[in-house]
Amino acid sequence: MEARIGMRNIKSNIFKGIIVFFAFLITVPLIIILLYIIKQGAGQVNWKFLTGVPAPVGETGGGIANALVGSFVMVLTASIVAIPVGMAAGIYLSENPRTKLAYYSSLCVDILQGVPSIVVGIVVYFWLVKPLGTFSALSGSIALAIMMLPIVIRSTEQTLKLLPDSLKEAALSLGVPYHRVILKVTVPCGFAGILSGITLSIARVIGETAPLLFTAFGSPFVSAALGKPMESLPHLIFTYATSPYEDWHNLAWGASFILLMFVLTLNIITKVITRKWKIQL
Amino acid sequence: MENTIVKAENYNSYFGDNHVVKDVNISINKHEVIAVMGPSGCGKTTFLRGINRMHELIPGATSTGKILLDGENVYDMNAIYVRAKIGMVFQRPNPFPNLSIYENVVAGYLLNGIKVSKADKDVIVEKSLTSAALWKEVKDSLHKKGTFLSGGQQQRLCIARAIAMQPELILFDEPTSALDPISTSSVEALFHELKANYTLIIVTHNMQQAARVSDRTAFFYMGELVEFDDTKQMFTNPSDQRTQNYITGRFS
Repeated sequence: MEARIGMRNIKSNIFKGIIVFFAFLITVPLIIILLYIIKQGAGQVNWKFLTGVPAPVGETGGGIANALVGSFVMVLTASIVAIPVGMAAGIYLSENPRTKLAYYSSLCVDILQGVPSIVVGIVVYFWLVKPLGTFSALSGSIALAIMMLPIVIRSTEQTLKLLPDSLKEAALSLGVPYHRVILKVTVPCGFAGILSGITLSIARVIGETAPLLFTAFGSPFVSAALGKPMESLPHLIFTYATSPYEDWHNLAWGASFILLMFVLTLNIITKVITRKWKIQL
Repeated sequence: MENTIVKAENYNSYFGDNHVVKDVNISINKHEVIAVMGPSGCGKTTFLRGINRMHELIPGATSTGKILLDGENVYDMNAIYVRAKIGMVFQRPNPFPNLSIYENVVAGYLLNGIKVSKADKDVIVEKSLTSAALWKEVKDSLHKKGTFLSGGQQQRLCIARAIAMQPELILFDEPTSALDPISTSSVEALFHELKANYTLIIVTHNMQQAARVSDRTAFFYMGELVEFDDTKQMFTNPSDQRTQNYITGRFS
């Protein structure tokens, strides 16, 4: 008996060791990627890099201002489209989980989440770019908005579902009309969860290249015109990294570094929001 | 007759095909404390939620018959108006977690978008919290979140929130079943004071509580209103065998 218990303890310890090892192992690739990009990219970042436009082939220097502005404009436009629509759909799904409409739209959200981003790009190309006859930042934004939707919908739905019914009843019993119950009680109480979903969805699409390839296309100029082609960080990285010029490779590393820092910051903000703003029920 | 505040006439409630409240007729006077007791699933809570039209919010829930509030059928009135006029306190304290204590008391005004001046709000808050016997405990922390209070304090905050809307009638759905004995006694003590200004209907499955706090008691069994009488009479000399069985603990 004694010996068997000894054996069991050894097995338990081996098991513990294995899971600790793998938990540690998964952090290694991230750290290596992080360090490598910092090493290659951080040195490229200076004022001129952030404010300049790409230099013509053969000249050294040049910056990524066109891509910074472009990514900002397109993600902002995508957010303006996706956040209200996604929140409304999420509210509906959490409020009426058993209706037919909820079943089908929930199914659609799942499918949408699984659609490869390049397919979204092609679809928007046929919807917008072809009829309008030009690549445009607007079509890029729509493609990004489609990518954001499932994340915003699901996070809104899941957050609101966790709120107790008693909260809604408290408001309803005071004679508060339904729309005010949702807007003034349910949504504010689930605000942290919804907001973290939104920041996560932004972090997700800001690095998307594929949906922008046939939509926003890219442009060497700083522009905020939604009707014209526009550059974006991931697209700039893609074109520069696949170019034959050493100088452009360096720009791509710098842009990667900026993009990575941005996504990292957004993720940290999300974590802080969920911790600080979480409402004690 | 003009002393009657709530009157149910042939009132029935259903969840889908499930007939939960059966043909209830009852008449409740102003400034009375009414206890509604009965075993679990007897329809007492459903009846209570029919009075301020909270029952119909559950999908599939319907009702027939009349509930007269001051002589007017609540089912002919706007549901939102009915709910604003009748206060309700729930089983579990449910202060709004995103609002401060102060805002929770005036939540009925804030959430309905009714404009009230700061001075009036201050008066409402102090008066309601005083009536709910909570003012002394929270007057220095009015701007903290309501959820920092203890369970009993939270429940009294919910009572203050109901009082702030100046209802004539307040419904209590097992208001102490989630509270510890000390908080329970503080809430029960409050019932005696509220009686002067309000009519209270208290659903409880605790017989001792019904005996302690109420003037008259209604006994529900299997969806029927079996007996409705003076509390003393009911507990000492019930007229129905089923009431007798219930209060002597022959079934629960």
